[in-house]
Amino acid sequence: MAEVYLNSKFVGTIDNPAEFVQKIREERRKGSLTENLNVHYNEKANEVQLESSKGRARRPLIIVKDGAPLLTERHIKQLERNEISWSDLIKQGVIEYLDTAEEENSLVAFFESELTPEHTHLEITPLAMLGYCTSLVPYGNFNQSTRLNAGSKNQKQALGFYASNFSVRMDMDVNILHYPQLPVVNTIMHDISDYGKHPAGQNIVVAIMSYKGYNMEDAIILNKGSIERGLGRSTYYRPSIAEELRYAGGLIDEICIPDKDVKGYKTEKDYRFLEDDGIIYAEAKVKEGDVVIGKTSPPRFLSSMEEYSLASSTRRESSVNLKHGEEGVVDFVLITENEEGNKLIQVRMRDERVPEVGDKFTSRHGQKGVVGLIVPQSDMPFSARGIVPDLIFSPHGIPSRMTIAHLIEMVAGKVGALGGRYINGTTFDAEPEERLRKELLSLGFRESGVETLYNGQTGEQYRAKIFIGNMYYLKLKHMVANKLHSRARGPIQLLTRQPTEGRAKEGGLRLGEMEKDTFVAHGASLLLKERFDSDRTVVPVCESCGIIAIKDNYKNKSYCPVCGENVEVSDIEISYAFKLMLDEFKSLGIYPKLQLESKY
Amino acid sequence: MADIISEYEDKLPAKMLDEFKENIPKGASDTKVRKILEAAYGEYKNARVCPGEAVGLIAAESIGEPGTQMTLNTFHFAGVAEMNVTLGLPRIIEILDGRKELENPMMEIYLKKPYASGKRIEDLRHLALQIKETKLNDISTEFSINIADFTIEVKLDKERMKEIGVTTGKVMDAISKQLKGYNIKDDKDSIILKARSKEDSFNEAYKTKEKIKGITIKGIKGILQVLPVKREEEFVIITAGSNLADVLQLEEVDAYRTTTNNIFEIEQVLGIEAARQAIINEIFKVIESQGLNVDARHIMLVADTMCVSGTVKGITRYGVVSEKSSVLARASFETPIKHIINAALIGEVDNLNSVVENVMVNQPIPIGTGLPSLSVKPPQKTPKEK
Repeated sequence: MAEVYLNSKFVGTIDNPAEFVQKIREERRKGSLTENLNVHYNEKANEVQLESSKGRARRPLIIVKDGAPLLTERHIKQLERNEISWSDLIKQGVIEYLDTAEEENSLVAFFESELTPEHTHLEITPLAMLGYCTSLVPYGNFNQSTRLNAGSKNQKQALGFYASNFSVRMDMDVNILHYPQLPVVNTIMHDISDYGKHPAGQNIVVAIMSYKGYNMEDAIILNKGSIERGLGRSTYYRPSIAEELRYAGGLIDEICIPDKDVKGYKTEKDYRFLEDDGIIYAEAKVKEGDVVIGKTSPPRFLSSMEEYSLASSTRRESSVNLKHGEEGVVDFVLITENEEGNKLIQVRMRDERVPEVGDKFTSRHGQKGVVGLIVPQSDMPFSARGIVPDLIFSPHGIPSRMTIAHLIEMVAGKVGALGGRYINGTTFDAEPEERLRKELLSLGFRESGVETLYNGQTGEQYRAKIFIGNMYYLKLKHMVANKLHSRARGPIQLLTRQPTEGRAKEGGLRLGEMEKDTFVAHGASLLLKERFDSDRTVVPVCESCGIIAIKDNYKNKSYCPVCGENVEVSDIEISYAFKLMLDEFKSLGIYPKLQLESKY
Repeated sequence: MADIISEYEDKLPAKMLDEFKENIPKGASDTKVRKILEAAYGEYKNARVCPGEAVGLIAAESIGEPGTQMTLNTFHFAGVAEMNVTLGLPRIIEILDGRKELENPMMEIYLKKPYASGKRIEDLRHLALQIKETKLNDISTEFSINIADFTIEVKLDKERMKEIGVTTGKVMDAISKQLKGYNIKDDKDSIILKARSKEDSFNEAYKTKEKIKGITIKGIKGILQVLPVKREEEFVIITAGSNLADVLQLEEVDAYRTTTNNIFEIEQVLGIEAARQAIINEIFKVIESQGLNVDARHIMLVADTMCVSGTVKGITRYGVVSEKSSVLARASFETPIKHIINAALIGEVDNLNSVVENVMVNQPIPIGTGLPSLSVKPPQKTPKEK
């Protein structure tokens, strides 16, 4: 008597669990039960678990009966002739999906030759154990598994051709690679997923060598000539959005060139690109601070003091302008309305991104790196045939990471480029390295892939033979242009008077707790004080009650709000954050009395 | 020579002087000895820390930086005749927090001469068994309650008892000593307990049944496991569980070398100086096991701060930090509201004497270049001027 659970809920008991489970499976294969159902018989606990909930990891396997797979030659022929599809195989009960629990009740053979009558399933292909991105890595079975993880993660960040209608789309933060290519060394997954419709990299010539130390610590060196010919060039798109919001009392935002008497009016120069409708024109070259969409809003509080003020217009300026560090060309202007019927303006900016020092590139094997130097083509090393590498990769990246597939891809890419064909590099099912080497030899190259290179600056032959070949390289979306940041002085926070945080707000670079400790450890007392002077303030303090006094600049007199005018008031220099803390103490009902003392 | 060396008694540490006594050749002339000592004194003066050096912070950085490389994992050796030891970061935290309940208390029991050699392995085995705590639960197969008259029957495992070397009589003695108000009867393979009080209740009997499972029949309380290990030429007993006070009472134990990793116990039994040394040893053990290199003096400084008050205090808001004189410094560590409210209640004054407070108010910190200041008295105003 076994207990039966459906989606972890007890539903009843069964006398013959093995038979019951068998029956369920048969019914599922026949199609009278949903193929989403999985059964697991736990002999130890003597319970049957039926699962049909979502969020389970499942994978397809070929069903085996009496030591023979149900998938026959006939099926394969039919598939080839496009008479049946994958889902037909599931309907016919040839292939089924198992979840992790049901796998425990199954015996899965890797290859058909291993099948015995005990086996219940057969693996379709070893590639089925990998996900989509991981199966895009060529020769993946030659890599350390962690590198495959990193490699597939990197591919997701690669710039490519994400949608063919990109020119009319208004996506946030997107990049388009200018000359995307199909990889010469591909896997079966590239064909299956129609990778040619959304490629994300370029085939380039890579040499593994050092170059003046500029490719230390995973950096890479790029050929300036290649960049000028379009290597890794991309465009960055970012829309600005403005909406005419409606407020209570029939008030509404207005998209226009703001009047000069609007509260918060910038300078005339900032609005110079706006046309009469208050929207920028396409192909305008804009820089940070420039207004893209002019907009005014009604005042925030109707009953505020402003009602009585002399100014006639109390509307606020609320234009959309380019944030700190942004620049580009206006690419596309869209005027429409949103779901609520409000006028909606979207202006898309475009910025061409030529690879520069600091941009991130990667091969498909988790070998990411940042551009360390861009070398004029004339200074790059060259081979006897005049081949100049597009990219120089550091040899130190190889031994500890053990990405053998990176090296094989270079040889395979070389063979593919020279032989004018694509190389199949499917994990576990690739063209063997030996054959590639032989073909390379027959093409007139050293079979190992190394070549004699010459110093581009002196023309001298390098002592060592350099490993050089073709690879598929990806440009990753992390570009310095989006990250570069520095500040000497700039905006501060209202509450603490300390510098703002983050690049978007032109913030300061924090000298944190541990950095502070290093100053203390060096005994650099005054340097430490100077570092933390960003919120320095001078406040008057009443010497009799020890509370912060008031300085009347108009009368040039200080007085204490508690003790009046006839007390000694002295100025002290403290951090504003401390003054704020004293105020917070007061709000808690704690009296923080400052006892002043002569410094000397 | 000896008198020249004694001249330096208040200038150089005693340990160094002893070394000189041993290592300077006997025939060395007085001038040479003096020269040596003078050079050593010069070196010693040079090696001293300058006033205003932030020793505490440097110690913290010196331990903290390699600490980031420490493996967080404790290694478990399942099934191997090896004790489970907390190592790495968890152990460091345990020591520095001054915890009284350790995750894996452990002792190293050294033995006196005849036992240490291990020539009579029977004696060693016997001793080990004598140390290991045996609970009633370990030597019985079944505990049951007779519902009719509320008696508790304990079935004893005679084979196990023989192995350990306890008789039914001894078991009964131990129970009667640790459990009051019950009559104990021997009933062949089991013993029967009956409450002396007339009021029988099932609940009472059940509670007693659970309680007697933990009664110590033999051995030292708290010692859960014993493992005699041969270390170089002698046998050492390593135990899981620790009870220094009782172990030191044993005649066969070499009290000079026997230790525990429970610092709190060392403090109780051997005093604060021993506890300080134990902290240093234990931290050093962890750091060495991780293959890191930290100067012993940094650890000594930490141990000193933990022990200055006379009892071991952890580096927590309840321990060392609560002893800080400055309100602001305490508040900046943990639970600021508690400290500020309490300071407000008693009207505490913060003189801004230390580092953290001065960083908070943005004043020069009294360390390094911020320490020295001019001490010139301003000219006194004459009474007339006032």
